[in-house]
Amino acid sequence: MDLAVVILVEVLYAIASLVLISAGLAVVFGMMKVINLAHGEFMVLGGYTVITAVGLGVNIFVAMLIVAPLVVGLFGLIVERLVFRHLYGRMIDTMLASWGLSLMMIGAFKMIFGNTQTGVTGPIPGLTVGDYQINGYNLFIIVVSLLLLAGMLAVLRGTRAGLIARGTMQRSDMAAAMGHSPDRIYMTTFAVGSALAGLAGAVMAPLVGIVPTAGAGFIAKAFITVIAGGPSLVTGLATASGAFGLVNQAFSFLVSPVIGDVALLVAAVVLLRLMPKGITTRFFRGRL
Amino acid sequence: MRGDARKDTLVVLVLGLAMIFGLPLLIDPHQLTVLVAYGMLALSLGLIWGFGGVLCFGQAAFFGLGAYTFAIAGINIEESTLPLILAVLIPAGFAALMGAFMFYGRLGDVYLAVITLVVSLILFRWLNTTAGQGYEIGAARLGGFNGIPGFPILNVPGRPDLPIWGESLYYVAAFALLIVFLLVSWLLRSSFGRIAIGIRENEERVSLLGYDIRARKTVLFAIGAGIAGLAGALYATWAEVVTPNLFSLQQSSEVIIWCIIGGLGTRFGPILGAAGLAYLKFQLGQQSGIDNMFIMGLVLVIFVLLLPRGLAPEIARFWLWLIGANRRTARRRAPRAGGQNG
Repeated sequence: MDLAVVILVEVLYAIASLVLISAGLAVVFGMMKVINLAHGEFMVLGGYTVITAVGLGVNIFVAMLIVAPLVVGLFGLIVERLVFRHLYGRMIDTMLASWGLSLMMIGAFKMIFGNTQTGVTGPIPGLTVGDYQINGYNLFIIVVSLLLLAGMLAVLRGTRAGLIARGTMQRSDMAAAMGHSPDRIYMTTFAVGSALAGLAGAVMAPLVGIVPTAGAGFIAKAFITVIAGGPSLVTGLATASGAFGLVNQAFSFLVSPVIGDVALLVAAVVLLRLMPKGITTRFFRGRL
Repeated sequence: MRGDARKDTLVVLVLGLAMIFGLPLLIDPHQLTVLVAYGMLALSLGLIWGFGGVLCFGQAAFFGLGAYTFAIAGINIEESTLPLILAVLIPAGFAALMGAFMFYGRLGDVYLAVITLVVSLILFRWLNTTAGQGYEIGAARLGGFNGIPGFPILNVPGRPDLPIWGESLYYVAAFALLIVFLLVSWLLRSSFGRIAIGIRENEERVSLLGYDIRARKTVLFAIGAGIAGLAGALYATWAEVVTPNLFSLQQSSEVIIWCIIGGLGTRFGPILGAAGLAYLKFQLGQQSGIDNMFIMGLVLVIFVLLLPRGLAPEIARFWLWLIGANRRTARRRAPRAGGQNG
């Protein structure tokens, strides 16, 4: 019974971390069709922001939930103006430019923070369930990712800004004809996606130590989750994370964590072969 | 047409031989050997991406597979001729399987890129965990993160006691590159190559003409992987150690950067990009002020923004002028990266 609870929390945590890692990319890639290969480095930037801010004496929750998204969002805004703005609609070129950006960011991290692992301690103590110990921070991540999904759904469906953003992504010429500036909407959307990446990196920072090259570990998972999710942003994110998180944890328990990661990647390749346009083209069609 | 081909071959031979014997005067042959191996790797991606329109993000996987095959087979056979052949055939076979899986599933460009990337990541992760006793192929231990050291290097065929190294390895590698280059040129002139270029330009039209694009793309993909495997074997015999880093994201990214900067849709561009950037990296490695990766990234961003066709179109114009080809072909628009669906 206790073991079942522990396993349930572990599985939920795996799913939640996938949601977190992929949320920013879902906005940038899923909505804007910008393949941002620097997504992992955006997350690492979020992590470093938290570490720096905590070092300066900021409360860790403020640093994670407010400072990091703001900093990374602002960074995304600058990068969008300088680079991505010129490349919309040229998918492969965007991919290559963002790869260059990711290399630059890794290089910059190495120069600024040194090529060593830094981290902050998790602010939440562990819980005891029967004979087992659960990392209390895992529960925090589950809560954050649930709130994130709910928030994204609410913004996209419930607010005027969400409606305009969705409309612009579908037909930017129509949006322009109705008096909205696609240029500005693209800019804002990219900044929001970057901010989400920053949030993810910040929240993950206490769990995984941050090294300059840590982004590579996130990027593959984020991409396959978003691509496997398909066109529906929130539903796709939730279902794909659910499927992959389950596979990952099942194999981690049965064999080893590394095999769990490999199984996740294999599952993704097979899933893409079966449903090349993602889960939500077959199930949950037309949802958000 | 036939005259053009003969002229082209002649110029390639003359220029190639001039470079093979001229460059060691300028650059240390030991360094040149690895530049040649990288050049061949870039040529392989240049073939499938620049001419076939297949953007493979995991070309390094075939490079690494070739290197590992050479090392493992070398330890087991203790002679290097068969391992060298296997180092071409095994990556090609693996790519044929992967290609069949992807192309027959009619995956789009982006998904293709992601799947190839993921496959090389899987190999990278898995090889890093093979440190234990249980992971052996014949007499070769995979060795996990440390890789496989101490396998027999390239030798004169049939004479394991006569290893090829140092300057002579450079000449073997350089002639191998020249031969591969000529074979690639021949392939591109053949009807197979022409149809491959047709597929890059307009997949739908070519398939409506009755060609089986899935099979053709798979074969082209396998050929590219075979060349990458040969490059891997040359690298392995140069480095005398193979590690999982050959499969890493950085290695894959570098190949793509070489192609972009050298120029897609040309045969020589990727080689130029590879040799030039790898040489630049050697030079940068000797200074410590600015991180290497930062400069590489900056170069890539600037090229994508300002010079997306790369350096080769400029050089190609000179080339065509040299062989006296029709001026109009020189000014024809170079293909966009990534083909139609991008």
